[in-house]
Amino acid sequence: MLRFIALRVGRALLTIVLVVTFAFVVLRLSGDPALMIMSPDAPPEALAAFRQAWGLDAPIWLQYLKYFGAILQGELGQSMRDGRPAIQLVAERIPATLTLTLPALALKVGLGIPAGIYAALHRNSMTDRVVMTFAVAGFTVPSFVLGLILVLIFAVQLGWLPSGGAESWRSIILPVIAMGLGGAGVLARFTRSAMLEVLGQPYIRTASAKGVPWGAVVRGHALPNAAIPTVTVVGFMVGSLMAGAVVVESVFSWPGVGRLMVVAVANRDLAVVQCVLLLVSATMVTSNLIVDVMYGVLDPRLRGQAPAGGGH
Amino acid sequence: MTGEGVRVAAPPRRRAGVPAGVMLAIAWLMVILAIALLADLVRPYGITAMDLRARLQPPIGFGGSWAHALGTDELGRDVLSRLIESIRISLQIAFGATIIAAVFGTTMGFLAAHFRGWVEQCVLMLIDFQASMPFLILALSVLAFFGNSLVLFVCLMGLYGWERHARISRGLAIAANAQGYAAAVRQLGARPMRIYLGHVLPNIASTLIVAATLSFPEVVLLESGLSFLGLGVQPPMTSLGNMVGYGREYITRAPWIMLAPSVVIVLTTLSVSILGDWLRDRLDPTLT
Repeated sequence: MLRFIALRVGRALLTIVLVVTFAFVVLRLSGDPALMIMSPDAPPEALAAFRQAWGLDAPIWLQYLKYFGAILQGELGQSMRDGRPAIQLVAERIPATLTLTLPALALKVGLGIPAGIYAALHRNSMTDRVVMTFAVAGFTVPSFVLGLILVLIFAVQLGWLPSGGAESWRSIILPVIAMGLGGAGVLARFTRSAMLEVLGQPYIRTASAKGVPWGAVVRGHALPNAAIPTVTVVGFMVGSLMAGAVVVESVFSWPGVGRLMVVAVANRDLAVVQCVLLLVSATMVTSNLIVDVMYGVLDPRLRGQAPAGGGH
Repeated sequence: MTGEGVRVAAPPRRRAGVPAGVMLAIAWLMVILAIALLADLVRPYGITAMDLRARLQPPIGFGGSWAHALGTDELGRDVLSRLIESIRISLQIAFGATIIAAVFGTTMGFLAAHFRGWVEQCVLMLIDFQASMPFLILALSVLAFFGNSLVLFVCLMGLYGWERHARISRGLAIAANAQGYAAAVRQLGARPMRIYLGHVLPNIASTLIVAATLSFPEVVLLESGLSFLGLGVQPPMTSLGNMVGYGREYITRAPWIMLAPSVVIVLTTLSVSILGDWLRDRLDPTLT
C-alpha cells in the first residue's frame, strides 16, 4: 500500500513538472512579452530595460531554471499590468469562484447520483427515460447556452433574479444551476451505467437467491461496487472546482478565477496566466491523487497495478 | 469521462431497422452538412452586408418579414446568412480537429504498441497528463500567447481528444499483434508500416470511427465555448459560439441573435451523440 501511494505521489509531481514546463515553453516562446506589453514602437532602451527587469534577456534554459526555483519558493512573479504579485491577485478571486463551484458540485452530486441509482433500479421505466433524456441534454447543451437561456427566462422575461454581477446571494442561483444541471446529467448517466453493470453480476443474484432482502442487496452489494467508477467522475469534478467556472463566470460577469484568467489571457499578462494554470493543475492533480488512493482503499485489487489511460 | 457505458450490461442489440430518433439525427446532420457545403449558394446576403435601415429586426413569427427570415442584428446584418456561414466554419473546425486527433492519437497508439518499453511509458504518461488537465485552461494559455490564427486554432482543437484514440488504438494493436493474421504478415516479411496501416488499421477501423463520433460533439462544444469567450474564431469570421457571444450583448432587445446559433449547436451535438451511441451499440458495445 505504501509503494502504491508513493508511486501515485511521484506521478502527481511529474504531472506538475510537466504543467510548469508546458506553461513556460508556451508562454515564453510564443513571442516577445516586451513587445506585447510595451507596444512595438517603444524606444529600444525602454524595451531593453523592460527585458532586464523581467529577466527576459537571459538564455531560455536559465530563465526556466530560475522560474522553477522561484516557484519552489512560492514566488510566482508580478502581474505585468498593475505590478501586484500574481499569486495575490489570484488568491483573492478564489473565494468568489468557490462560492459558485461548491454549491454547483453539491447540486451535481445531490441530484446526479440519486437520479442515476433510481434510474438503474427502475430500468426502462418512465422515470428512467426522463432521467436519461435530461442526462443527454445535460451533456449536449453547453453551459453558456443554458446560462443565457436561464438569464433570458428568469432575468429578462420574469425579472425574478439578477442577470449577472455578485451583489446579493440571489446572484449565485442562476450560475449554480447553469453549471450544476449539466454535471448532474453526466453523473446520473455514469452512475446509472455503473449500477447496471454491477446489478448484472452473479454475486447480486447469489445474494438475492439466498434470501437477502432487495434493499439490503442494493445497499450492501450493489452500491459499494458501483461507487468505484463513480468516484472517478466525482473526483474529476472536485478537481475542476477552480477551472470549471471559466465560461459560466464570463456569462454572469462573476468576479472569480475564471474571469481573471480570461482577462489576463486577453491582456497577455504572463504571470497571472501562469499562476492560474498552476493553481488549476495543482487542484486537479491533488484530487486525482486522492481518487487514486481512494481506489486503493475501495478496491484492494487495484493496489498492485498501474491503471493506464487516466482512469476512464 | 461522459459515462457512456450505459448499455454495457445489456446484450448487444441488432435491430433490423434504424430507430426513429437516429433517423431524425441523421436527417438533421444531412441538412447541416448540406448547408455547410453549399453555404455560398444558400446564403441570402453577405455576412458583413449591413442594412442600417433594418437593424434589430425580429424573425418571422415575431413580427419579422421574409426579407430577413431569422431577423437582423445591431448592424442590420442578416442573422440567417451569418448562421449559415457560422455552421460552415464551425463544422470545418470540428472536422479538421477530429481528423487531426484521430490521426495523431492512432499514430501514438501504434507507436506505443509497436515499441513497448519506454516509448509506451512516454505515451501513457502523455495520455495521463492530457486526461488529467482541464483542456480549456491549456487551450486558453496557448491561444492567447500564440495569437490567434485559424490554423493554430484547428491544430489546438485537434490536440483535444487524441488521447482517447491513442488509448483505444494501443489496446487494439497490442491485441492484434497477438493474433494470427498480424504474425502471419510479419512472418512473410512485411515492414511494420505495412502491418499497421494495411492490416491492423482496417481491422480496428470501426472502433476508431465510433470513437471519433464520440469526440466530435465535444470538439464542437469546446470550439463554441472558446469562441464565445472571444478567444476562438475572430471577427470578421464568424462561428456558432462567436455568434452566441455577440448575441449575448443584445439578449434583452434581440434574443434571436443568440438563440438561433444556440439551437443549432444543441441540435448538432445532440444528433452526433445519438448517432455515435447507436453506432457504438451496433459496432462495439464495449467502448466507453
